[in-house]
Amino acid sequence: MSVAILAQGDYLIASIQSDLSDTEILALRDDLSERIGRLRCRGLIVDVAALEVIDSFVARALRQIAITARLRGAETVIVGIQPDVAVAMVQFRLNMEPLRATLDLDEALALLDRWTGGHGFDQR
Amino acid sequence: MMQSQPARRTVPQASEENRRLLHELVEYLRSNHGELREQWAMRITDAELLTVMTADEIFSEVTAVYENYVAALETGSVESLQAYARDLSERIIPRGVETHEVLGIVLLLRDVLARALFVKYEHDGGLLNRILDAYEPAANRIAVTVGVSFVEERERVIREQQEAIRELSTPVLQVRDRLLILPIIGVVDPRRARQLTEQLLSAIQANRARVVVIDITGVGSIDLTVANHLVQTVEAARLMGASAIITGLSSEIAQTLVDLGVDLSMMRTVGDLQGGLEEAERQLGYRENGSSSASDHSAM
Repeated sequence: MSVAILAQGDYLIASIQSDLSDTEILALRDDLSERIGRLRCRGLIVDVAALEVIDSFVARALRQIAITARLRGAETVIVGIQPDVAVAMVQFRLNMEPLRATLDLDEALALLDRWTGGHGFDQR
Repeated sequence: MMQSQPARRTVPQASEENRRLLHELVEYLRSNHGELREQWAMRITDAELLTVMTADEIFSEVTAVYENYVAALETGSVESLQAYARDLSERIIPRGVETHEVLGIVLLLRDVLARALFVKYEHDGGLLNRILDAYEPAANRIAVTVGVSFVEERERVIREQQEAIRELSTPVLQVRDRLLILPIIGVVDPRRARQLTEQLLSAIQANRARVVVIDITGVGSIDLTVANHLVQTVEAARLMGASAIITGLSSEIAQTLVDLGVDLSMMRTVGDLQGGLEEAERQLGYRENGSSSASDHSAM
């Protein structure tokens, strides 16, 4: 599966490198949920910049990832949705609530810092 | 022989006779062209058509149209007439000649000629009938051709103008670090709305914007499609990590949005551009410089 998962301080960064099959994205969901608990993460960043399509299945999986992560104690930010992908998503009325999205990793880290009180860089 | 075969199949059986009658007709129209043309020009003036053109202009156009008309009757081919009608339309459309005027003059010519035929053949009802049988379809086809050419030319002009308007594209401007404004002016049709969305989203990516102020003070009215597009643009911007603020909703547009039942819960709206920029700066964490805010009552 072409997803790089990196720990950065209290945060987990999952960078999706190419389009994922439905099974792969579900596996990613379970994997992330497990790691968040094990590593005691407080924030999760999912980088989707490489995705050329976000269909309803992927959108729902991303939402599930966010909701699961919150139940496990971490807030989720989606990073790098491409302009045409964003247009397609709103045209297909894919509901992404309560997901927050940012343009790039810097923004996502800053947002998580604001939410969690800022533990991204200084610990461990 | 082979070439004329498919054309003849569509023509009714009396085509030989028709052609002979048309030929006779054309001869007659040619030999009397001065008088008939004069009559036609008079009818045009009486009907107050082509009022933007001078009498001399009308006369020269009338001459040309008459010749083309008779030629089209003779050959049965409307191509040269079509080309002439296009060319004529191109010349008269910018001067404000209306569709009904163009159709009017062609129908007048048809009537003038038909009446001339009545006069010529009044002694022989049967021949008159056959002549009219040959004349009417050809004349109607000519009228349709001219009308369609004119309308097509007009549509082409309209398309060109739409293109020109579209090219005066709406700029996306950076006002501050991470703050963009998108002033929208004029009529927003679905196509322009789509273009605006694309421009805005790529500008968000290029400038790493976090807040976008969309100012629609210059938009006169809005329909359901465009309103939904606006909502979608705001949502798409949010998916790219930028929050959008809409400013300058006129009371008409606000009413329309409420009447249409557009879901505005996701939209942050502020009265005017100034207020929108202040709100944007607050969101970006810039300190306000005090006095500008309207709510600053303590200073009074």
